Amino acid sequence: MSKYLLDKFLYTVDRDPELVERYRSDPAGTVAWWEDEMANSILNCHSGEKSTWLVLSDEERDVLVRQDHVRLFELGAHPFLTLTLFIAMFERDHGPLEYQIAYGEALQHLSLPYPDIAT
Amino acid sequence: MATVAAVIASTHHPFYLKATTSTGDERPPFADEWQARIETFRETLTRAEPDVLVMVGSDHFHQLWLDNMPQFLVGKAPYYDANWYNEEREFGLPRMTLAGDEELSQHLLRGGLDRDFDLAFSNELRIDHSITCPIITLRPEADLPIVPIYTNIFAPPLPQPKRFVQLGKAIREMVESWESDKRVAIIGTGHLSLELGGPRQFGEHGPDPEFDRRAVEWIANGDLEGCCGEVTLDSLHLPGNATHGFMDFMLMMGVAGEGVKADHVDTLDLFHTMEAYFTWYPDGSSPGRGGFETVAERPPQPPEEGERPPQPPEEGERPPQPPEEGERPPQPPEEGERPPQPPEEGERS
Repeated sequence: MSKYLLDKFLYTVDRDPELVERYRSDPAGTVAWWEDEMANSILNCHSGEKSTWLVLSDEERDVLVRQDHVRLFELGAHPFLTLTLFIAMFERDHGPLEYQIAYGEALQHLSLPYPDIAT
Repeated sequence: MATVAAVIASTHHPFYLKATTSTGDERPPFADEWQARIETFRETLTRAEPDVLVMVGSDHFHQLWLDNMPQFLVGKAPYYDANWYNEEREFGLPRMTLAGDEELSQHLLRGGLDRDFDLAFSNELRIDHSITCPIITLRPEADLPIVPIYTNIFAPPLPQPKRFVQLGKAIREMVESWESDKRVAIIGTGHLSLELGGPRQFGEHGPDPEFDRRAVEWIANGDLEGCCGEVTLDSLHLPGNATHGFMDFMLMMGVAGEGVKADHVDTLDLFHTMEAYFTWYPDGSSPGRGGFETVAERPPQPPEEGERPPQPPEEGERPPQPPEEGERPPQPPEEGERPPQPPEEGERS
């Protein structure tokens, strides 16, 4: 399991308006494309070099495809990254703050200590 | 030597601009009160007549990423572009460009390294809302050069709280030993209790009002001993999962000095988080370029109009407030087509 790679997915999608829309409308296709093309790219670095070893686990891939923010939290994905991206994708479908409040309520079963987010 | 004209610590609420530039039905009911508090707070910096701003904040996974994460980083560049696509998208923050003061950056880097802080640096840094929020609230003209300093309160493993305090003390010493006649304001932003992306987010108040009350006391009184005696990396998980941002307040307590009470203290309880604003004037002197009266000598001001909510502790020791000014500096550009504001308190079910 790689919290780092989950975070990398959330981070790279969130910072790219086109990818935010792609992930919203085609989660499975976007996750598959991302793992092929982006998972091993070294960010903030000149192009032409790639890592060779980064791969999502079956569960991580499934969670990203299902866009399951509760499970992402439980797996230790960085909550700020998940929240920011999911607000970008889904707030528009709800009234003011409705989405954020429902997002928190879906996590009510969790108690301290929360899952470790250290990567 | 340079003068520390003011030390300022603040929360950085990214929705301030959107809330206070909204009109009509989109303007939240708390916006007027919030704007009034901020304008009073802004005056505490204006009075200090700063020439340059040292700005302490934290990148929110914008330029700094997990493949190369510095704990403490000083920007050294002639300019800093500011705010990012996802901040424009979510908060309606405008793109900005701020000038840098490379000489002071160089002084802080050299001095920090020589004091055993292994500071990272950046010659091309796009800053985010942890630094632009206080520009918007405190200096919306955005006309002063800055030195940005980023801390890692976001991506564990984090430095210990005491390290933030030590760095704050060092920043104060270094600014005071800078061979310059400039007036430097040192401004840092952090959080009180805060939850992001967890079950306690977006409540009617911050996730832990009792922590907030005690934190405001620590800061207002410069109670580093009490604060450091209780705050640990582990304990900061309890008030809310993003509360490690409080360590930037601890850094600013280090800048302000052990046992030094803040000259301006204000808080505002909002949904989701409590806002908190603090200003210290070193040596108790009223700011200015010379010949200005001390705070203690300022004539007492008439009482406020009566609608100001209760102040935090130590109100009796606060110096008189400066007179209101009629002409506020211009606000940053409005975004115009931003989405609706969050609702007022009480909508949480």
